[in-house]
Amino acid sequence: MTIAALNSTSAPAILPGSGGMRGALSDLFWRKPQLLLFLMLAPPVLWLGIVYIGSLFALLAQSFFSIDEYSGLINHEFTLKTYGDLFRPANLDIIVRTVTMAVLVTLASAIIAFPIAYYAARYARGRWKALFYLGVMLPLWSSYLVKIYAWKLILAKEGILTWLLAKLHLLWVLDGWLSLPVVGGNSLSVSATGTFIAFVYVWLPFMILPVQAALERVPGNLVEASSDLGASPGQTFRNVLFPLALPGIVAGSIFTFSLTLGDYIIPQIIGTSRLFIGQAVYSQQGTAGNIPLAAAFTVVPIVIMGFYLWGAKRMGAFDAL
Amino acid sequence: MRSDGSQSAPLGLKIAAACGLLFLHLPILLIFVYAFTTEEKSFVWPPPGLTTQWFAVTWNRPDVWQALSLSVRVAAISTAIALVLGTLCAAAVSRTKFFGRETISLLVILPIALPGIITGIALRSAFSLADIPFSFWTIVLGHATFCVVVVYNNAVARFRRSSGSMIEASMDLGADGFQTFRYVVLPNIATALLAGGMLAFALSFDEVIVTTFTAGQQQTVPIWMLEELIRPRQRPVTNVVAMVVVLVTLLPILLAYYLTRDGDQIAGSGK
Repeated sequence: MTIAALNSTSAPAILPGSGGMRGALSDLFWRKPQLLLFLMLAPPVLWLGIVYIGSLFALLAQSFFSIDEYSGLINHEFTLKTYGDLFRPANLDIIVRTVTMAVLVTLASAIIAFPIAYYAARYARGRWKALFYLGVMLPLWSSYLVKIYAWKLILAKEGILTWLLAKLHLLWVLDGWLSLPVVGGNSLSVSATGTFIAFVYVWLPFMILPVQAALERVPGNLVEASSDLGASPGQTFRNVLFPLALPGIVAGSIFTFSLTLGDYIIPQIIGTSRLFIGQAVYSQQGTAGNIPLAAAFTVVPIVIMGFYLWGAKRMGAFDAL
Repeated sequence: MRSDGSQSAPLGLKIAAACGLLFLHLPILLIFVYAFTTEEKSFVWPPPGLTTQWFAVTWNRPDVWQALSLSVRVAAISTAIALVLGTLCAAAVSRTKFFGRETISLLVILPIALPGIITGIALRSAFSLADIPFSFWTIVLGHATFCVVVVYNNAVARFRRSSGSMIEASMDLGADGFQTFRYVVLPNIATALLAGGMLAFALSFDEVIVTTFTAGQQQTVPIWMLEELIRPRQRPVTNVVAMVVVLVTLLPILLAYYLTRDGDQIAGSGK
């Protein structure tokens, strides 16, 4: 408007359309930003919508089919029979075992992660801060299988842990632990304890990062104020730090919980012959060829995670991500 | 959390944090020692002797090379697809407000938020329903799907930091849309895209759960390692490959960190 008035003597206020195909296209996008938006969104939405969401629905649909027990063929008719099979005692055992493991792994990760995250957020500065950051990032991104393999080496009967305990004359502790039912076994690498350690190790960085992010946002003088007002360190932790860190812990637990629910490789390599949900899915779709039951099994983590995410959102955990 | 006083941490906290970090790093360092052990049959510690002969043995194993070549090709193509899709999506979400924006972010994050086994078996059942035989491209299809989110996260963070008025200034100065993209937008987001690309490459290179469902008979490096873990053939070769894999994934992560360390959001904090 004012520009047009200023320029009224010389050049026209509106530039002529740029020439050529490219210019025309560029002008079109300028006039119709909606078209550009549509063109930008179409490829990723089509890809994820067709490849991913399409596949998910294909999977869910399969869980309503059933398998003919005599011929082994899949009966493509709507039925809830497969879900009935899911709630057999043997399958319920698998679900309960997996969920228990996921809860324990989440609690242990939170306990180990907190000091690291707290130190990195409150005391580490400059070079140390970068070091802490990389110290969490590198294990996070290191190869998943190599990490599991490392624990296979550590927990093996002839491995470094047994050697270390023997040097410390503490072998009786290990033997005592291994003789316990449920958690014990022949050696740590074929026991539920071993599975637990490997899970905690592999998912720990996923817990540290959100907890650290939540703690970074707690003003340091809040902690000082609490101790000035006479709170002991324990009280400060319980009443000030922990409630403020909780959204971060919940955000981290989304990962540790969800990843434990779906994993089938760790319990297969380090663990007993008792199955977890992931292994059940894998063997049902592979050797047993019972895709409907495998599909029904995958619905369990989806439903659990659905409730979990809903609860986490109510606690404000997503702001800490 | 910032505190003005530079008081030092309580001893207990220092010890707990140090132990936590050692717990994270010692197992990986152990892999490096085992790559040099002379012991063939067991995981005995301490190693009875040290040797470099297994590097030569591994070098001459064609199956290792085949797996490596497949992994690199899959990771390269998946990263390229993820770069295009992730950048487009990030640009659309951060530049404009439109109906369903939140849904789009959720859609991008979902493949990595749900356990990998669900993505894997969903893709597999879709392939079998559509009669698609397993091939190089079925692996790429799965990998690209979960790599999009890494590129997207990095690009969105950078778009949020760069100001929209630069684009307006460029247009005011007479550049057309393509010139603005080439000379203003692209230089601005280049390092974020590079970092996102590195992380996507590392993610794809290391992926095993989805790949077991989409690979058929082919072996990527992680599938090869999984086979060796379940049915060991030559343990020392596995040790050497494990060490190489750690080193190969280390470099892109360090580089991605270096490229984005000045920003408020550093690459790689979400996997």
